[in-house]
Amino acid sequence: MTEQMTGAQALVRALEHVGVDTVFGIPGGAILPAYDPLYDSTKVRHVLVRHEQGAGHAAEGYAQATGRVGVCMATSGPGATNLVTPIADAHMDSVPIVAITGQVASAAIGTDAFQEADISGITMPITKHNFLVTDPADIPRTIVEAFHIASTGRPGPVLVDISKDALQAKTTFTWPVTMQLPGYRPVTRPHSKQIREAARLIAESRRPVLYVGGGVHKAGASAELRELAELTGIPVITTLMARGSFPDSHPQHLGMPGMHGTVAAVGSLQRSDLIIALGARFDDRVTGRLDTFAPNAKIVHADIDPAEISKNRHADVPIVGDCREVLTDLIAAVKADGRKGDYSDWWKALNALRTTYALGYDTFDDGTLAPQYVMERLSSIVGPEAYYVAGVGQHQMWAAQFIGYERPGTFINSGGLGTMGFAVPAAMGVKMGRPESVVWAIDGDGCFQMTNQELATCALEGVPIKVAVINNGNLGMVRQWQTLFYDERYSNTNLQTARRIPDFVKLAEAYGCVGLRCERPEDVDATIQKAMEINDAPVVVDFVVHEDAMVWPMVAAGTSNDEIKYARDMAPKWEHED
Amino acid sequence: MTRHTLSVLVENKPGVLARVAALFSRRGFNIDSLAVGPTEHADISRMTIVVNVAELPLEQVTKQLNKLVNVLKIVELDSTQSVQRELMLIKVRADADSRSHVLELVNLFRARCVDVAPDAVTIEVTGTTDKLEAFVRVLEPFGIKELVQSGMVAIGRGARSITDRSLRALDRTA
Repeated sequence: MTEQMTGAQALVRALEHVGVDTVFGIPGGAILPAYDPLYDSTKVRHVLVRHEQGAGHAAEGYAQATGRVGVCMATSGPGATNLVTPIADAHMDSVPIVAITGQVASAAIGTDAFQEADISGITMPITKHNFLVTDPADIPRTIVEAFHIASTGRPGPVLVDISKDALQAKTTFTWPVTMQLPGYRPVTRPHSKQIREAARLIAESRRPVLYVGGGVHKAGASAELRELAELTGIPVITTLMARGSFPDSHPQHLGMPGMHGTVAAVGSLQRSDLIIALGARFDDRVTGRLDTFAPNAKIVHADIDPAEISKNRHADVPIVGDCREVLTDLIAAVKADGRKGDYSDWWKALNALRTTYALGYDTFDDGTLAPQYVMERLSSIVGPEAYYVAGVGQHQMWAAQFIGYERPGTFINSGGLGTMGFAVPAAMGVKMGRPESVVWAIDGDGCFQMTNQELATCALEGVPIKVAVINNGNLGMVRQWQTLFYDERYSNTNLQTARRIPDFVKLAEAYGCVGLRCERPEDVDATIQKAMEINDAPVVVDFVVHEDAMVWPMVAAGTSNDEIKYARDMAPKWEHED
Repeated sequence: MTRHTLSVLVENKPGVLARVAALFSRRGFNIDSLAVGPTEHADISRMTIVVNVAELPLEQVTKQLNKLVNVLKIVELDSTQSVQRELMLIKVRADADSRSHVLELVNLFRARCVDVAPDAVTIEVTGTTDKLEAFVRVLEPFGIKELVQSGMVAIGRGARSITDRSLRALDRTA
C-alpha cells in the first residue's frame, strides 16, 4: 500500500496499523500537526489529560492492565520533560509504553529555540531505546520499531521524538514496513543444560524457595508457576511487582519479601539453601544488606534480561529466557528428573514463622481509624476480581500487605522508581483498558495532591475509578523514618491535611466526582459499599486515619534481612525453625 | 583491576557514541581510551574502548552495552591475541644543537618527523601504550611543547574477522 500524505498523517496511520486504540496526551506547538489528523481518526481515541505526567502514568496503567503497549503524546520542551517521570517509572518497572513527542523544526534543533529540549538526550538513560525522527519517510518504520522494542524481550519505554517539519512535510506512506534493528535480538529460549541443572538442585535442596518477581506476570506464566510450585511443594514468595502472580490464599504462599515483607518470606530467603528467582532482580529493597543476604543459598536466576543475572547476587545457575518458557521447561525437567525433594522440616520451620509472626497491626483506643483495617475491608468487600492501583509510601505497603490478591496483575503500583502521584492517573489508564472491571486507586494524601487533577479527565471522559485516599495528614513513610531514625523530629512531613486544606470531599465535588468521607472504623463497610454502588462517576473516599500508624514488619534501609523487626524493637526469634 | 580492550561494532547512526559513553559514566566506569571510526562496511562503525575494571563489573558493563539497540557486537580483544596501536603527535623543542639527538631517538623508536621549524620538530609515532610512554620519557629532557594522542585501536590476529557475522545480520534486515 502506497499513499501520499503528511508525516503527521503517516504517524496517525501507523498508530492505527499497529493497533493503538487509546492515546493519552496534551497538544502544543510542535506536536500540533499530529493532532489534526488525530482529530479525524475513528480508531484512535485521544484522552486529553491535565498534565503530561498523568498521560505517562495513564499509559503505564493501560499497558499493565491490558498487556499491550500504552501510548502517551506531548509537545516539545516542557511537554516532553513532564513525561520524564513516567518514562523513568516505566523503565524501572519494565512497562511497555511508547511516548511520542513533538520536537522543534529540524533547522531549529540545537539553537535553543522556543520550547526546545533535547528530550532524546534527556531520556537516554531512562528509555529502553529512543528515536529522533527528522525525515517523514522514517515515521512509519520508527513507530513499528518502537512498538516492537517496547513490547518484546524485557518490556520498557520507548520515546519517539519527531520534528515539526517532519510532521508537516509530504511523504509517501508505505505499509507494511520492514524493521531495521540488526542489534536487537532478545533471547527467550532458555538453555536446556541450565534447566536440567536447576531441576537437579531442586531435587537435592532441603530449603528451597521460589522468589517470584514481576517478570512472571509479564510473561503470562502464573499458571506454569502454580504447576511447578504444586509439583515440587516449594514455598513461594511474591515481590511487590508480583503480587497476585501466585494466589495469596494458596497454602504454599508465604507473602511478600523485602523491607516490609512478612517474617516468613524474609526468613525463607535468609535460611534458604536454594533460591529460584523467576523474573526478579534482587533489588536492594528485597535483599537488604547484600553481603548478609541469603548466606547459604545457591541461586538459580531466570530472567529475560541477561544483565540482571549476577548483577547484584552471583547466580550459580543463570538462565536467560522468558519466564513462561523457563517454567514450562523446568516443569518438564523436574518430571524427567523424577526425584522429589524432602522439604518437610523446611515447611515445619516456615509454618512456625508464619503462625507466630503473622501480619498484624495496632488499633487505636480513641476510635480513630487504622489504615490497615481499611485495606482489609476493601479486600473483603471489593474482592479479588478488582484492580488495585497504589502510589508509593505507607499506603502502598499496606495495600500490598492487607489486600488479598488472587489474580495476576491486579496490584499495580510504582515499584522501582517509587513515584508519588502514580495512582490516580494509572488507575484511569487501567479503567480505560479494563472498563468492565472495578478499579480502586489507593493513594496517600501526599501522593494524591500531586496528580489529582486527572480526576477532571476521569469525570469528563466517563472513567469511573474509585479512589481511597488514606489520609493521615502527613508524608507518612517519611514520617515513619523520622519516628524511627530521626528522634521523632518531623521536619517538613506534616501536610496539615487534617485541617481540611484541601478538603478532599469538596475537591472531589469540584472535579465532578462523588466525594465521601470516613473517619471511624464502624463506618468503613458502609462507605465502601456506597462507593461500590456509584458507577456513573468517579468516587473519592477520604479515609481519615491515625497519623501514628506504621508499616511493619520492617528491615531498616542498609541493614541485614536478619535484623527484621515485626514491630518496633521486636525481633523475631529464629530458633523456632531448628 | 585490569585493563580490558573491547571492540564494539555499532550501527553508524547519530547519537550512538553518546549512548555508549553515557552508559559507561552512569554505571560508574571510567573509560581509559576510546576510538571511533568507520569500518569496511558503511553501515557499521567500530569503537575500541579500553577500560580498567575487575572481571565482574566488566561482565556487567558488557551486558549493559549489549542491551543498547544500536550495538551489534562486542568482542574483548586479548592483548596477546591482538595488535593494539595508538598514535601520538609530539612537538619537541629542537634547535640546531639538539636536533640531531632528537632525530636519533626518532629513528630508534621508528617514529617519523612530520614538521620542522627552527626551534622545534613535530614527531609522529605509533605503537603500544608502553612504547609511547617510553618515547615521551626520552624526549622529556629536550622539552615537550605539545602532545596529542589518539585512542587505542586494536584488531585480532589471524584470519578471522569479527565483522563477518554482524554484516550478515545487517544484510538480513536491509
